[in-house]
Amino acid sequence: MKIKIGIGILVFFALMALAGPLLIGADPAATSEDGLQGPSAAHWLGTTQTGQDILTQIVYGSRVSLGVGVLSAVIATVFAVAVGLVGGYFGGAVDEVLSVLTNIFLVLPALPLIIVLAGYLPQRGVASVAVVIAVTGWAWGARVLRAQTLSVRRRDFVQAARASGEGAFRVIFFEILPVLLPVIATSFLATVVAAILAEAGLSFLGLADLSTVSWGSMLYFAQNGQALLIGAWWWFIPPGLCIALIGTGLALVNFGIDEIANPRLRTVKVKAKATPEAASKVTAKAKART
Amino acid sequence: MRFLARRLGFYLLTAWAAVTLNFLIPRLMPGDPVELLVARLKGNVDPAAIDAMRRAFGISDAGLWQQYVDYLGNLAHGELGRSITFFPTEVSTVIADSLPWTVGLVGVATLISYLVGTALGVLMAWKRGTWLDGVLPAATFMHAVPYFWVALALVFVFGVTLQWFPVSRAYGLDVMPGFTGEFAGSVLYHAALPAVTIVVASMADRILGMRNVMVTTLGEDYVVMAEAKGLTSRRVMWAYAARNAILPNITSFALSLGFVVGGSVLTEIVFSYPGIGSMLLKGVENEDFPLMQGIFLVISLAVLVANFLADLAYVVLDPRTRQESE
Amino acid sequence: MNVLEIRDLSVDYLSGGGAVHAVADVSLDLRRGEILGLAGESGSGKSTLANAVARLLRPPAAITSGSVVYRRQDGSSEDVLALGRKELRAFRWKELAVVFQSAMNALNPVSTVGAQIDDVLRIHRPGMSRNDRAERAAELLQRVGISADRRRAYPHELSGGMRQRAAIAIALALNPEVIIMDEPTTALDVVVQRDILHEIRALREEYGFAVVFITHDLSLLMEISDRIAIMYAGRVVETGGARAIHTSPRHPYTLGLLRSFPRLHGPREQLLGIPGTPPDLRSLPPGCAFHPRCGKAMAECSSELPALDGDVACLLNGGRGLEDAS
Repeated sequence: MKIKIGIGILVFFALMALAGPLLIGADPAATSEDGLQGPSAAHWLGTTQTGQDILTQIVYGSRVSLGVGVLSAVIATVFAVAVGLVGGYFGGAVDEVLSVLTNIFLVLPALPLIIVLAGYLPQRGVASVAVVIAVTGWAWGARVLRAQTLSVRRRDFVQAARASGEGAFRVIFFEILPVLLPVIATSFLATVVAAILAEAGLSFLGLADLSTVSWGSMLYFAQNGQALLIGAWWWFIPPGLCIALIGTGLALVNFGIDEIANPRLRTVKVKAKATPEAASKVTAKAKART
Repeated sequence: MRFLARRLGFYLLTAWAAVTLNFLIPRLMPGDPVELLVARLKGNVDPAAIDAMRRAFGISDAGLWQQYVDYLGNLAHGELGRSITFFPTEVSTVIADSLPWTVGLVGVATLISYLVGTALGVLMAWKRGTWLDGVLPAATFMHAVPYFWVALALVFVFGVTLQWFPVSRAYGLDVMPGFTGEFAGSVLYHAALPAVTIVVASMADRILGMRNVMVTTLGEDYVVMAEAKGLTSRRVMWAYAARNAILPNITSFALSLGFVVGGSVLTEIVFSYPGIGSMLLKGVENEDFPLMQGIFLVISLAVLVANFLADLAYVVLDPRTRQESE
Repeated sequence: MNVLEIRDLSVDYLSGGGAVHAVADVSLDLRRGEILGLAGESGSGKSTLANAVARLLRPPAAITSGSVVYRRQDGSSEDVLALGRKELRAFRWKELAVVFQSAMNALNPVSTVGAQIDDVLRIHRPGMSRNDRAERAAELLQRVGISADRRRAYPHELSGGMRQRAAIAIALALNPEVIIMDEPTTALDVVVQRDILHEIRALREEYGFAVVFITHDLSLLMEISDRIAIMYAGRVVETGGARAIHTSPRHPYTLGLLRSFPRLHGPREQLLGIPGTPPDLRSLPPGCAFHPRCGKAMAECSSELPALDGDVACLLNGGRGLEDAS
C-alpha cells in the first residue's frame, strides 16, 4: 500500500519532468503584465512579481530539481558502491582507510561544505552542482553497503566463488553486487532526497544557476521578491510542497522495501481490545521460541 | 574508556581532515584563487585585502608543503584571515560575534526536537494500531520538507498574516542588550519562529528513527519479562524498552547533526537571524572566501564537539561501553 | 491440590489468510509443588501455551477459547484469563513468575541484576524499605549461588550460567506459587545445565513452588519432572508420571521421542526415531495430526481426531494407545 502511493507520487513527478514541458510549451521565464496574481483560470497557480506563470515554472523546474537530484545520486551511489564493497570485501588496511574516510564525510556537515565548494565553482551549471552535491552525499550509502558486504562475504556462494579461484573484482561485481541491489536501491533513493534538498538549499542561497528555473531558484526569487510580505503564498508554497512530496514518495518506497526486509515494522491493526501490552509486540513469535 | 579515546582520536582526525580540506579547496580549483577572486570582484578590492587574503590562504612563493605548515601555524593561533565583507575585521571576530546566537538557537531547538521527537517515537511504537499511527504519514512528509520552506511558511502565517511573532532579527530594536529581563524576553520572543522551524523540520527524523528501533526492542525478551514481572506499563515502556531503544538512536542522532546544522543555516537566513548562517550568506554574496571557509571550519568543529557529547551520553547510558578491556 | 487448571485452551495466530491454531483444546492440571514437564518439537505450541497462561501473548496471537483457573492455598480461586489490567499486574510474579529461555536476552542489558530484583519488590511490596529490598536482593542471589556483591553487576558482566541463575533469583523474588521455565537451560553447556537443574530441584524442595518446565529435551525432563505432558501440533497427546512415560509410553509419538534422543543431552534436537518433519500448522493433516509420520497408523487415524482420553490421545487399541512395550 505504502509502496504503491510512493510509486504513484514518483511516477507523477517523473511524467511532469519528462512530458510536462512539451504539454505546456510556454517559456517559464516569459514575463507578462499580470504580476503577482493569485490562482485563476488563466494562471492556475498564479504569477510571480514579473508576471511569470508559476505552474509553468513548477513544471520546468521539476526537470532541474529532479535532474540534479538523480544525477548527483547516481554519482554518489557509484562512489558509495565502490567504496563500500571494496572496503567490506577486502577488509584489513584497505577497509580501515576507506572506513575512516567514509566516517569523516559522514560527520562533516554537508551543506556548509557544499556552499564553500559551490562558491569556488567558476560556472555553476547543473552538472557541476550535481557533482558538488555528490561529493558530500556518498558516505551514508558507503557505510551501509560496507556493513552489508561484510555479512554477504561470509555466505556460502561467495565462499564458493572465491574458492573456485574467481578474481576479487569478479566476485564483488558478479556475486556480491546483485545480492545487494535492494540495499543499493534504498540508499540511492535516500540520496536522491538529500540531493534534491541540497540543490534547493543551494539555489535558495543564489549559489546555483539562477538563470535556469528550478524549485530552489523559485524560492530564491520568492524570498527576494518579498512574496511573504506581499502575501503571495501561491509563489512559495508550490515549490516547497513539490520537494516535500517527492521526498515523501521516495521515503514511502524506501519504507516499503524496509518493511519487506523487516516485517516487525509493519503497522498492524489489532482486532482484539488494544491494550498497550497487546499492541506492542506483533511478531514476537518470529523468534519461534516454541 | 577505550571507547571514548578511540572516538576522540577519530574526531581529531576528522578535524584535521576539515582543516586540510579548507587548505586544499582553493588550490584544487584552477588558477590562483586570489587572482581569480580579484578578477571576479572586478578589481573592486583594497590592495590590503588582497594581501590579507593571500595570507589567509597561506599562499606564498614557498612550496606547497611550507604553505601548509604556515597555514596550520596560523590556525593554531586562531587566525582565519580577514573578512572581505567587513574588512579589515578578522574573520575570527566576525565568527565570535555571531556564533553565540547560532549555538543558542540551534542548540536549544535541537534539544527540544530530540526530546519531543524521541518521546513521540516511543509512544507511537507502544501504541501501535491506535490513532497515533496517523502521525506516521505526517512525519514521513515532514522528513523531506526543506527547513527554509518551513521557515517561509511560518513567517507567512505567524509573522505576516497573524502578526503574532517578529520575523527578523534576534531582539527588538528598542531594547538594549544586557542582562535584563526585558532583553531576555525580547530574545526569546524573536527566537520563537526560527526555533519552531528547526524543531518541526528536524523532529520527523527523530520520531521515525525512534519508532523503528523501539518496535524492534519491544520484541525483545527483556521487555516481555518486564511485563511478566507485573511492572506498570509506564515502567516497562521507559525503563526497559525505551531505555534500550535510545542507544542506537543516539548514534543516528549524532550523525544527523550535520544535516540539522545545514538546515539551520538556511533558517537563520530566512529570519535574518544574526548567527553564522546569515554571516555565511553575506560571505557568499560578497564572494568573501576567507569568511566562508572560516565558517565552514567552525561549523565542522562544532558538529564534532556535539558528536563527542553524544558519545559521552552513550557511555553514560550503556554500561557495556564502560567495560574495561580485559 | 491443583494450583493451575487449564481447560480447553485454544490459541490462534491471526494472519492475513486466516487463523493458525497454535494451541488447540489443551487441558492440563498443575499440582501444587510439582514439576510438570512440557515436551514437544519446535512448533508444537508448548511456549505459546506457557505464554497464554502467563497472559504474555501478543498480537497476532490471541486466546480464542478456554479457561485458566488459579487456585490459592486458602481455597479461593481466580480466572487468570478474566483478570483486568490492575488485577493482572498484581497477579504477575507474585503468583506466577517466568524464567525465559535465554537469560542474556531476558535480562535488561542496561540495568544491574540487583536493580532488576529491586523493581519487582518496589512495585509489589510498596511497604518495603530500600535497605530491606537491597538485603532481599542479596539474599536471593546468594540462594542461587551468586555472591551478594554481584548484585551491582550488569548482565554482560556475568557468565551464561550466572545469568540464568540471576534470572531464577528474580523469579523467586516474591515467592510465587508457580514458575514457568521456558527452556531455561537450552543455551547452556551440559555441566552448567546439570548444576542448574539440581538448583531448581533444591529450591523447589525449599520453597514449594510448582514448575512448568518446557523443553524439547525429553531425557532432561525424565530427570527433573514429576509428571510430563507431550505436545504435538498444538495438542497434548499424552500425559503421565515421568517414570510411566519413560517405561511405557502410550503414544507412538512419545515412543519416537524417547528413541530418537541420544543419551547425552545434545544441544540440537534430532528426531531420528520419527520419519518426516513436524507438520505445517497452516495445513494440518486431517484426523490425528501425527498419522502421516506414525508407523502404526490405521485407516481411521486420517479421519478421526483422537481425544485425550485418560492419559493418551491415540486411537490404537480402542483409545488406549500402545500396549505395554515391555
